[in-house]
Amino acid sequence: MSKLKLATVWLDGCSGCHMSFLDMDERLLELAELVDVVYSPIVDAKDFPDSVDIALVEGAVASVDDEKKIKKIRAHSKMLIAIGDCAITGNVPAMRNPIGREAILDRAYFENATIQAQIPCVVVPELLKVVRPIHEFVKVDVYLPGCPPSADTFHTALTALITGEPLDIPALTRFGA
Amino acid sequence: MSESVGVKTLQIDGQEVSARSGQTILEVALENEIYIPTLCHLDGLSDVGACRLCVVEVKGNNKLFPACVTTVFEGMEVSTNTERLRKHRCNILELLFAERNHVCSVCVSNGHCELQTMAQNQGLTHVRLPYRNPELTVDASHERFTVDHNRCILCTRCVRVCAEVEGAHVWDVMGRGINSIVITDLHEDWGKSSCTRCGKCVQVCPTGALFDKAKIGSDHPKYPDFLPYLNQMREAQ
Repeated sequence: MSKLKLATVWLDGCSGCHMSFLDMDERLLELAELVDVVYSPIVDAKDFPDSVDIALVEGAVASVDDEKKIKKIRAHSKMLIAIGDCAITGNVPAMRNPIGREAILDRAYFENATIQAQIPCVVVPELLKVVRPIHEFVKVDVYLPGCPPSADTFHTALTALITGEPLDIPALTRFGA
Repeated sequence: MSESVGVKTLQIDGQEVSARSGQTILEVALENEIYIPTLCHLDGLSDVGACRLCVVEVKGNNKLFPACVTTVFEGMEVSTNTERLRKHRCNILELLFAERNHVCSVCVSNGHCELQTMAQNQGLTHVRLPYRNPELTVDASHERFTVDHNRCILCTRCVRVCAEVEGAHVWDVMGRGINSIVITDLHEDWGKSSCTRCGKCVQVCPTGALFDKAKIGSDHPKYPDFLPYLNQMREAQ
């Protein structure tokens, strides 16, 4: 069996899901027998590949850049898995929604600035008005909630998805786990 | 059995059960170890049918009935766990999550929350509705407790325990529909209200909406089981 192409993506999250993914420790070697990691914050590929079998997406959609990325990921991935509460509910990044983008930017870049008070507009992508979970932008195939999902959850879920075994996600994890 | 002695026979999920006249479907189901999910029901408090998670099907009627406030009748045939009911329960839970700001990962009740556990038990992995993200307040004016309206599901357990068990009736509900919130006195700050500081409301709250300040930043298990014992002790006196 040829190896599946796996991508992991980090949108607006804390990277805790990626840390949890790495917490699989020696089980990563078993996983490496089944998949090639073709794109990830932990490998050196700069562009999302044209064809990916499984894309794991951490983080909510919070900026115009995130929105562009998630649409590209969907277009080039056979299976898209939302990992963690930020991707699934908005979670902590979405806590800015009731307050409003303008008030948040004002607080960060004007009220708390002692010099050069200005909202960055070069290189840094523009924030969307509200933070949204990724399934409000694209179709998601599998939801793996948790903050973050544990290494055991990652291992069980990924193994089942790769080998086509049945998967009972609520038995493994929950929102905020 | 004749009806004159007040005994009803009925079926719940195909199981023959008997009940006393005036009992609710939920009471009879619980007595017979048949699980019906609920969030607003609590042993020791009156039932109000607020959360609607306990909806059941009754043969011969297309409507769904809240098991906690529907009394049994002779020959009734009740189904508690059909595909249709599971679908409605998931919809209700998704509405609850979408309506306010339930961020489980930063909640004092994370891991001990009845809403969170219910979502997991009902197989909920995501919410299909757009989140409303309303701007809601947190009242920390009380010296011991805090109310976080972002996490309230309007089950009114706090209102009922305060009125029915403590006898103070400090809590009430203000507003209508989606704009309803629980209030203390006539919308006074909790710290300035006529609260007796008994803490019963905090213990019966199913989520992290009411919490003990001493537990901030740590797990906050609630112990609502005290209610039936308290009631028993009072009746025994």
